[in-house]
Amino acid sequence: MILANDPLLAGHVGLVVVLIVVVKALITLGITLIATMLMIWFERKIISDLQNRIGPNRAGPFGILQTLADGLKVLLKEDLIPERSDRLVFRIAPILTMVPAFITFGLIPLGGDFSKGHGGAVKIFGHHTFLQLADPGAGVLVILAMSSIAVYGVMLAGWSSGSKYPLLGSVRASAQMVSYEAALGLSVLTVVLASGGLTTHGIVAAQHTWHWNLWITGLVPFVIFSLAATAELNRPPFDLVEAEQELVGSFQTEYSGFRFAIFYLAEFLNCVTMGAIIVTLFLGGPNGPVPIGPGWIWGFAWFLLKLVAVLYAFVWTRAAVPRVRYDQLMDLGWKILIPSALGWLLLLIAMRIGSDRNWPWFATIGISAVIAAACYGLLSLAQKAAHRNRALEGAID
Amino acid sequence: MEAVVFYVGAVICLLGAAGVILSESPVHSALSLVGTLFGVAVLFVAQDAEFLAAVQVIVYAGAIVVLFLFVIMLLGVDSTDDITVEPLKGQRVLAAISGLTVAGVLLFVVAIKGKVTGQHATAARDTPGVPNVEELGRLLFTRYLWAFEITSVLLIIAVVGAVSLARHRKDALVDHDLPHDDLPDLAVAAEEPAS
Repeated sequence: MILANDPLLAGHVGLVVVLIVVVKALITLGITLIATMLMIWFERKIISDLQNRIGPNRAGPFGILQTLADGLKVLLKEDLIPERSDRLVFRIAPILTMVPAFITFGLIPLGGDFSKGHGGAVKIFGHHTFLQLADPGAGVLVILAMSSIAVYGVMLAGWSSGSKYPLLGSVRASAQMVSYEAALGLSVLTVVLASGGLTTHGIVAAQHTWHWNLWITGLVPFVIFSLAATAELNRPPFDLVEAEQELVGSFQTEYSGFRFAIFYLAEFLNCVTMGAIIVTLFLGGPNGPVPIGPGWIWGFAWFLLKLVAVLYAFVWTRAAVPRVRYDQLMDLGWKILIPSALGWLLLLIAMRIGSDRNWPWFATIGISAVIAAACYGLLSLAQKAAHRNRALEGAID
Repeated sequence: MEAVVFYVGAVICLLGAAGVILSESPVHSALSLVGTLFGVAVLFVAQDAEFLAAVQVIVYAGAIVVLFLFVIMLLGVDSTDDITVEPLKGQRVLAAISGLTVAGVLLFVVAIKGKVTGQHATAARDTPGVPNVEELGRLLFTRYLWAFEITSVLLIIAVVGAVSLARHRKDALVDHDLPHDDLPDLAVAAEEPAS
């Protein structure tokens, strides 16, 4: 049913097949946990380089075991539950921040040879299978569903703490994450249009030999997706959810001990997962040249290389860009990202239809540009009129 | 196999539904509703309606219940509210009657009439191997185009109506009639995302 696109499950499902699926699940879980641990170290190390500090350098070579040491320390700390909290929800909330990221990671093709029509399947114990845990037919929709579920953890953590700052933080979080989901979804639609399918495997397979969606969709969806993803992750410059100067620690304020550590882990886990989604949707996933040896090893290597590049960009942004104001955040989301994502999607659809009908491409682009300009004019007129009306009513200065 | 999935999904649905009406705190009720929605999504997957399942989670669990929770948090509704008072006279009796009627009709159709075929309920062709997004999309843009467009117009009307109802006049910004809650700042913070 839900895994059915994998050739592993197409035939008779015997004991070996079940074992392969279980092993794949365990490996995926292991990869996510190790990746999260390394991501924490990576971020701390890179950001201290960018800020001219040394960063963690005590535990293990280059301080690589710092996360383990921190985890051990935090395990031994006292775990407080505030008096006025909603105890059940307070306990569930940290787990809810992790689960969607784990599920999403299961849909990411981690390796496999996609070059020259190999299709990305590898042979394990006489069975062909994809190097990803699951490949549901709804593919990227499941990813979008999980990213829309991710808001619950933050929101409920803030509410259940039973104090003011966490509540404010969770209200901010829910507004922000729901707002940017629209831009996220619209830019994913262009990828679906370019690849002609919803499954993550299909999207990666459609990007074989440098047909990356990055340029096939014309760069704009990639930029929009990256911005919206940063906002979904509540990472700087969009980390208003936990703006320390305004909200203490926001939704995490009342959390301590291991529950706090789970939030911390979840933040980086979500970061790795979002990076992997960007690699899958726009950067060709495990696609890349295979100079020598079996292709699936190169698939892993290319995937890892691209993932590290994307994650480095995340860290770099955090070090370089100051936090935006709340109204700037909402303006960027609603007035810039959503309209431009929508306009770009319509443009790509027009070009697709144009190439089917043999219209001259410059006419398609010209007419689309004129229509887009007219729409933009109408939109800004409407905004001006609304602003003037509000000023007349005295609701704003 | 399908029967097992059905029973698991049905149990999740029913537990969630019971949670919605039995929880004291409105937030717990909303979370139980999410449980029910997930149970229904599982049932959709069991019926090969993957697209519907994903959309169910995105729209209902990811957007609508989040908005419910948003409102509950902002209004600060808690379990101390007196639920013995009935704001709308007679609505509980009517609700009980209509609920029992629906349940009765369903039971009549399923159990007594014996019209259960066991077939998958589909309007589109249920072709194995073809993603059902494709079939649904084709139907939406051909046979059901008008229904689709009219629904979207309806949604736009609802949005415009909600916005115009929610707009503040100058004198409405400061509410003199009501005593301030213990969290007055939230009412101001709430205007940002709503506008």
